[in-house]
Amino acid sequence: MIDIDRVSKEFNQRDGSSFLALESISLSIKEGEFVSLLGPSGCGKSTVLNLVAGFDRSYQGAIKINGGDIKAPGPDRVVVFQEHGLFPWLTVLENVAFGLKQKGVGKKERSELALEQIRAVHLSKFADRYPHELSGGMKQRAAIARALIMNPQILLMDEPFAALDEQTRLVLHQELEDIWLRTGKTILFITHNIREAVMLSDRVLVMSTRPGKIKKEFVVQAARPRDSSDPLLHHVEKSIMECLADELEKVVKEEMGDDTYSLKKNTVSDRNFGGMGGGI
Amino acid sequence: MFQTVEAFYNGFAHGQLLDAILNSLRRLLIAFAISISVGLLLGFMFARSKVIDDTLGFVVIALQTVPSIAWLPFAIIWFGFNDKSVIFITALGATWTMAIATRTGIKNISPIYIRAAQTLGTGTGWRMFTQILIPGAFPHLMTGIRVAWAFAWRALVAGELIANGAGLGQLLQDGRGLGDTALMLTVVIIIAVLGTLSDHFCFKKLEDKLLIRYGLENQSK
Repeated sequence: MIDIDRVSKEFNQRDGSSFLALESISLSIKEGEFVSLLGPSGCGKSTVLNLVAGFDRSYQGAIKINGGDIKAPGPDRVVVFQEHGLFPWLTVLENVAFGLKQKGVGKKERSELALEQIRAVHLSKFADRYPHELSGGMKQRAAIARALIMNPQILLMDEPFAALDEQTRLVLHQELEDIWLRTGKTILFITHNIREAVMLSDRVLVMSTRPGKIKKEFVVQAARPRDSSDPLLHHVEKSIMECLADELEKVVKEEMGDDTYSLKKNTVSDRNFGGMGGGI
Repeated sequence: MFQTVEAFYNGFAHGQLLDAILNSLRRLLIAFAISISVGLLLGFMFARSKVIDDTLGFVVIALQTVPSIAWLPFAIIWFGFNDKSVIFITALGATWTMAIATRTGIKNISPIYIRAAQTLGTGTGWRMFTQILIPGAFPHLMTGIRVAWAFAWRALVAGELIANGAGLGQLLQDGRGLGDTALMLTVVIIIAVLGTLSDHFCFKKLEDKLLIRYGLENQSK
């Protein structure tokens, strides 16, 4: 379905040097599979998505969709963005119908189809509102409806719930799982939220940073629909956390520019323990 | 004061003033339509192609600083003392502003809209232009249109002062010839009133409506 074979990607930096964002990444996603790419910020997970979407076509290696090359972004691989990307000059209905309009579907038919899709994400009451009148969660639902109406084989989701509050996110997790179970789409999901990745995916690919590589794969074999109290999920979550600890350290060091800082050595609490009862 | 009112009355009663207004407006609208279309097209090219922006874009910025009336002698040589010359310099006065506003507007569209549109199948050509770039740049375009309208008026009156044909500028010139300051003042007032009315009832209304629709009304205050 999606085959990424030894793909590397370099960015040119302003000072003329180049920066290796992805180093020889290989992964394949089967039809109907829900796969998450998980990693700290800056690990290149969104870069992978941009390459699959076709926004960026300068890379080494090969990416095949159903055995074919990627020529341009297109409605067979619709992207849902973190910042929803709804067009502010169109109503929810017009936004959702936008893709059908490009396909040349007649006005009446596309309104009907769009309304149906809007109903499926529980936004019927807001069909004639403009995006700025909606809450964050509603915008993201509308964006999902706009993607689903194209009936794409593949849905690419770039941290779609990262900007939402926790409650809304939990609701949307369930809705997305429902949609996925109902439609059987192939989903490539980008996130930095471990819980989210484990809750939703069949497989979680953990990426390491600088350069971006796939570090480890975790298969989540929990029953669907997922139950957040499932001990198996907690187990996987813990293993991923351990796997990521090194990566987090690397990121912290890089961002703080301080080699003596360490996440593992918790000096503050040590000192407290040492002092406890000392004066007795 | 009284003389001016009288000049107003006489002008309208003899049809000379109304005639001049209609003639001027006709030229203005033709020139305005030309400059908006050319400006949009140029601005689109500047925003989409770095090479064109670096070469032609630079020329446009240089041209913008040239008062359009400076082109009138050329226009008279090319087109003669007629409508065409006036329309030419009026259009020239408004085109560059429009092109620069379009360029800024398109460059300021969040790339996420362009990407979202591409994944929904707009491609990168005409449909992208009409359905994403134009509406996406609209708040900037509206500003560009208002400024272009004001620039067009200035160029128009200046052009009409010199070139032939019935029009408000010509009427001013006639007033000067006759030493009729009341007529001249009348024309000036008419120009100011027409400019304000058109801006207020046409562009301002449209702009306010659009800003509310885009959810930008609070930022504009």
